[in-house]
Parts: sequence; C-alpha cells; structure tokens
Amino acid sequence: MQVESKVIKGLVGNHAVAYAVKQAKPQVLAVYPITPQTTMLEKLSEYVESGELKAKMIRVESEHSALAAVYGAALAGSRVFTATASQGLLYMTEMIYWAGGQRVPIVAAVATRAIASPWSILDDHHDFVSKRDAIWIQLMAENVQEAYDLTIQAFKISEDKRVLLPVMMGFDGFILTHTLEKVELLPDNVVDAFIPPRDFNLIDFSDPLGIGQVASPEDYIYYRYEAQRSMERSREVITEVERDYEDITGRKYGLIDCYMCDDAEYIIVSMGAWSGDARVAVQKEREKGIRAGLLKVRTFRPFPKDEVKQIVGKSRGVVVFDRSVSYGSGGVLANEVKSASYGLDVPIHSVIAGLGGKDVRPLHMEKVLDDLALNQLEDERWLL
Amino acid sequence: MMLMRGNAACPGCPIPREIDALLEVTGQKTVLVVPASCTSVIMGDTNGMPSSVPVVHSAFAAAPAIASGIKAALNSKKEDATVVVWAGDGGTGDIGLASLSGAAERNEDIMYLCYDNEAYMNTGVQRSGLTPYGAWTTTTPEGKRERKKPIPQIVAEHGVPYVATASIAYIFDYQAKVKKAKEIQGFRYIHLLSPCPPGWRFDSSLTIRIAKLAVETGIWPLYEIEKGKFRLTSLSKTLIDKSKRKPVLEYLKLQGRFSKMTSEEVKKLQNEVDEFWEEIQKID
Amino acid sequence: MVNVQEGIPIARPKIGSSGFTGSWRITKPVIHYDACTKCRLCYFYCVENSIDLQQDLYPKIDYDFCKGCGVCADVCPTKAIEMVREVK
Ligand SMILES: Cc1ncc(C[n+]2csc(CCOP(=O)(O)OP(=O)(O)O)c2C)c(N)n1
Ligand code: SF4
Ligand SMILES: [Mg+2]
Repeated sequence: MQVESKVIKGLVGNHAVAYAVKQAKPQVLAVYPITPQTTMLEKLSEYVESGELKAKMIRVESEHSALAAVYGAALAGSRVFTATASQGLLYMTEMIYWAGGQRVPIVAAVATRAIASPWSILDDHHDFVSKRDAIWIQLMAENVQEAYDLTIQAFKISEDKRVLLPVMMGFDGFILTHTLEKVELLPDNVVDAFIPPRDFNLIDFSDPLGIGQVASPEDYIYYRYEAQRSMERSREVITEVERDYEDITGRKYGLIDCYMCDDAEYIIVSMGAWSGDARVAVQKEREKGIRAGLLKVRTFRPFPKDEVKQIVGKSRGVVVFDRSVSYGSGGVLANEVKSASYGLDVPIHSVIAGLGGKDVRPLHMEKVLDDLALNQLEDERWLL
Repeated sequence: MMLMRGNAACPGCPIPREIDALLEVTGQKTVLVVPASCTSVIMGDTNGMPSSVPVVHSAFAAAPAIASGIKAALNSKKEDATVVVWAGDGGTGDIGLASLSGAAERNEDIMYLCYDNEAYMNTGVQRSGLTPYGAWTTTTPEGKRERKKPIPQIVAEHGVPYVATASIAYIFDYQAKVKKAKEIQGFRYIHLLSPCPPGWRFDSSLTIRIAKLAVETGIWPLYEIEKGKFRLTSLSKTLIDKSKRKPVLEYLKLQGRFSKMTSEEVKKLQNEVDEFWEEIQKID
Repeated sequence: MVNVQEGIPIARPKIGSSGFTGSWRITKPVIHYDACTKCRLCYFYCVENSIDLQQDLYPKIDYDFCKGCGVCADVCPTKAIEMVREVK
C-alpha cells in the first residue's frame, strides 16, 4: 500500500540520514565528530536535546569508543546507531570487526572520505571499501533520497533474525552529505510499522552468557562459516525488505540497479553518487548511437555476484569506475566485478578516478565509454 | 561460588578469588566487561565460562566505552544492574587510558576494577606503565627505570565520586569498598594490587603473603577517596608512623623480579615510599 | 533462556570450564583436621575457590579442581595443611 501523505522537504544528506535515524527510534547513539559527517551528529544532538528523539547520546572521546559504546548497548538490547568517516572509520576498525564477528545488529552511516596521508577531507571510497571483510552488510547510496531510504531499510535488515549482522550505509562525503536535495519523507507511523520492535538481546541475568569468548580452532571456523552463511541469507532478506519498501514508497531498490542495461553492449559499473553522472553519460552515448548501460552496485557486501555476472555476460565490454584502489592489485570494485564474471569472455576495464575529491563529470565518463566502444580503452586508466 | 573452580588461571593466581569476592557483593545482576588480559583466558571459551554472571569480552582499549553502552541500554529498559569493567593494568593505564578517562569524565554510572599485576601478563610479562621501578620484565631485562604510573590519582583528578585501592589479602576491606561503590551513582574506581606468581617470580603459595606485605611495607597503601575526601583504610590507617611499616625490602626479596635491584635502588624505592607517606600524612 | 540464534558465538556458565584442573597438581594440600581451628582463612583465601565449608564448618578441599598452589597451606595459622607431593 503506497503512502498517501507524502512529505517532501529539502534536506542535505546528513540531515536526511539524521531524520531517518530519528524515525527509526534507536535507544542509544554514540557519534564522534569528523568532517563530512559532523553536521549529522549535530542534528542528532538537537533531536536528543529537544526530546524529539528519546535516546541516550553517549558523548564518547573517540570513534573506537563510539562503536564500542553502541556495541555494548546493542548486546544489551538497544537499537543503536553511529556514524563516521575516513580516519574515524579506520580508528574504529578494531571494533568494526568485533561487532561483525559477534553478529550484532548495529547501523552505521559512513560519509565517505579520502584517507590521509596526505590530508584530504573530500570524497573517495577508500574508507568504505576497507571494511569489506569485517562481516558487515555494506550498502551505498546514490543520492540523498536513497541515503534516507537505505538508512531506514538498514535497521530492518540488520535486525532480521535470518541476518543479525551490522549494516553500514555509505554515502559520498560532501557530494551527498552537504548537498540539498528534495527528499520524500515517510510519516513516522509508517516507519514504525515498517521496522518491527527490536528483538535481540544477549544480556539476561537469568541466563548469563559469555559474549566474545575465546573460540577453539574448530569453533572459530564454524562461527565464521555461519557468518558467511548469514551474509548469503541476507541477499534474500535485503531483496525482501526493499520490495516491502517499494510497496510503501513506489521506489524500486535491489542489490543492484540497472539503467538501460537490457540491450546494452557497453556497461559502465559504478557505486555511489557518481552513478547519477554515469546515467547522464549513458544517455549521451545512446544519443550518439552507442548502446551503453549503467550497472550500479548498491550492495557492496554481500556482493551481488550473480546479478553482476548476468548483466556483464550480455555485454561486449565493461568499464568499472572506482573511487578506491587496492594498491598493487587494482580498482576495488573492478576486482569484484572481474571475480564475479569469472568464466565469461567479456573484457573488463578499470578506471580509477575521483580520488581525494578529484572532480569527475559525465563528460569524463562519456569519453571512457567512447574509447571502450572503439576498443581503445586500456585495462586500467587513471583519470589524473 | 560466583566464579567457578576449574578455570584457566595459573596456580596461585588471585584473579578468580578477586572476581568471586567482587561478585559476592555485587550479586547476580552484574555484567562484567573484560578487555584483553589474563582474564580473557580465565573466562574459558565458547564451550563454557566460570562466571555465573554475564561476561562481555572487549577489545583491549574499549571496555569502559562498551560498559557505558551496556549501562545506557539497561537504563533504557529500566533494568537495574551493576556494570563492572574488570581490566588489567595495561588495559587500564596504557592502551585503555583514553577510554577510561572518557568514561570517568562523563561520570558514567559504572564500576571500574583494575586488577594490577604490574605488567602485561597475558602476553608473557612485558612491562606496562604500571610496572614499578626496578622490576624485571621480559622487556625490561635489567629492571624498569621509570616509575609506576599513578592511575588511581589520575582517575581521582577527574572528580569522580569514588576511588579506592584494595588488596586481596585484606579481603573484607576490599569487599567493603565494592559494597560502598555499588551504592554510589556515577563512576567508581577500585584499583586492586594483584600478585602474579609467574610474572613476579615467586612460589605460587606466597600470593596472599606478598599481597599482605605490599600493604604492611606501605608500598601499597589502602585508601579511598569518597567525593574528594581521602581516607586511609584497614591496616594502612596504622602505618603513618614510619616505625610501624616494615622495610620495603621484605616485600621485594620474596620476588624474583626485583632480584637484580642494587641496595642503592632499594634505598631509592624505600625513600619514594617514605615520601609518599609524608604526602599522605599531609592530606589525611 | 535467551533465544540465541545458531551461529552467534556465546558460552554458558560451567564448573570446570578448563577441565578437571586437579590434574595440574604437583603437590596436594592435606588438611590435618586435628590441628584445624575452623578459622576459615584457607576458605577465604583459596584463590581457585576450591575449598568448601562443610556443615560442621571444617574446610574440605575439592581435589577435582584444586591446582595445588599451596596458598591454603601458607595462610593457615596453625600449619594444619600439609603440602604432600603427589606421585602420578
Ligand atoms: C590492540 C591490542 N594490542 C595488543 C594486544 C595483545 N595483548 C593482549 S592482552 C595484553 C596485555 C594485557 O595486559 P594487562 O591489561 O595488564 O592484563 P594482564 O594480562 O596482565 O592480566 C596484550 C598486550 C591485543 N589483544 N590488542
Ligand atoms: S599470568 Fe599471572 S595474572 Fe595471569 S593467570 Fe597467571 S598468575 Fe594470573
Ligand atoms: Mg597486567
């Protein structure tokens, strides 16, 4: 049933996510300031101080403690939220793995940002992708609306009994966090009905548990196997949650998003905000008679292997745009796409661009697609 | 028996009894938060733990923050319970100091117990900031040259409602302090000297004797600071008069870790202890 | 009971979480009850929590778990506990 009473507001990304968090009604928050996430923390603090959000905001002294605090609260049954970026995400890395390994429902927003040294406060995806092996579901938004929507979905996915995994919602620093867009907001009661009350708690005095105990090699690998299985199960749950969301909002989501892929010969693969630019580039190519299409990865973990392989398999050439590099190997997303496409006879090129906030425009993408169609694209190209 | 027998602690290790004595006072409605340390191992594995209350293991530097989160969640459920960080000296005074300080500054409603065995024991006796002057460790093979970091004082400077020192040899004094701390709201800190037979190099039968000598020689004064007011407790009340204190050497000579100390160094340590007591005399 | 999803690492309380630690013992504490004054110091100070008080308030050592550290013998004021080498 679609919601009738739509509220449309102009919001910057950080405030849209803060609004979604307020509607999800977490009981405990702990956030440490870092650009470009800080204005989200400030907005959340306002909500808490004004009583609009009845939650405890733990004003921690570091990101390590921010995630530690929400981890503790999550174990004891609270719905929780934290947010960070860049150095902050790296600083909480130890706890990121800890929370993933224990499989505790937590939602964290990451306002993606380049990593020092040298200093940069501008966008790229190195922070986000560096957490790909930490047993977290990782979603990435394309625009402010999606950041709002995915945040609400994240709570439901994370707490689903078939999943029980922390969820990271990535959205591009400044490009989305600080850009004002029109956002369609759900009424509070609709969000209430969409996210069922949390039913996860490991601290019970009548049944005391040891949480995070030493595991023997046999037990350790078993728990990791279970984690992998739960990641696999989450594909179905994510799809289901997004279908339910579509029923309410009419907005279609999924592990991937395809734009003009059906008859596409040349595919551009991307993740995050510049997927919007990629759409423009695809249109331009079409106007020129080049059958281009966009494959947007929305779920980085679990990686939509089958979906990607299927789209890649129907094409003649693929170029993956990466805002992050595994140095000494290649573009991070490109490597994922190549691995998913194993066995296919389709050339997969990698373009590294936008690092440290370097501007990338539809025109740049168009040029790359032209070269791809002309068979003039190198295996790896850096847009310097 | 709140901390059950048949755990992984070394023979003579006081930790199981220290936790047991704590839980005897705080009761079933206690959560223990345990950062990386010997206690992580003592707590068993995924097949069973000796604790009869919930135990939340923590990354080395994260325990006070995890405890803060647990307390916030329990509060939101209106569940009344004592959340206790049980941490070693390394987790407390070195890697976890920022987290400890943050929780103390926020006056989180948690109890913090540092069991101080004066080195990183779990990893095989490396020096910590709380290893005392002169002590051998595997990373100070000739004895530590620096003094012990004064953590109880550092915590007290945060203005928290309760700070105390304790010793397993004075078990009723220790339990009285836990009891007092349990009743107080806000951040409560108890620092427990915890002799370690393999790390301090003494025979496992001497644990209590050594803990007692630490107090009798004045090297480990028992006190509490309640709402800023300092007070000596138990035997330490009688030790202001220097003649009542045993020579520090009696404490040192039972432990292999001090065997390389020269008589000069022992004298230096004795002087420091005496000066400390003179300071105490001024405030007490 | 907490409903814990399969695959989430947790543990429950257990006596002997590290097995029958009595097997670690090299020397065994033996209480000579005729010398025992029921002062209970051994009970209070047993660091392994392996001494029980019987109904008559005499201490009793649980040899399944006693690690033989000797603390009880050292704290006993009447020297009623003797450490005896165990032949194994
Ligand atoms: C981040 C991190 N660094 C290092 C370690 C290795 N480590 C585990 S326990 C420990 C020492 C613990 O010392 P302390 O806190 O004094 O407790 P104890 O073992 O002495 O009881 C170290 C260095 C770790 N687990 N995590
Ligand atoms: S090394 Fe020391 S502190 Fe650690 S378990 Fe053994 S006796 Fe206890
Ligand atoms: Mg230590």
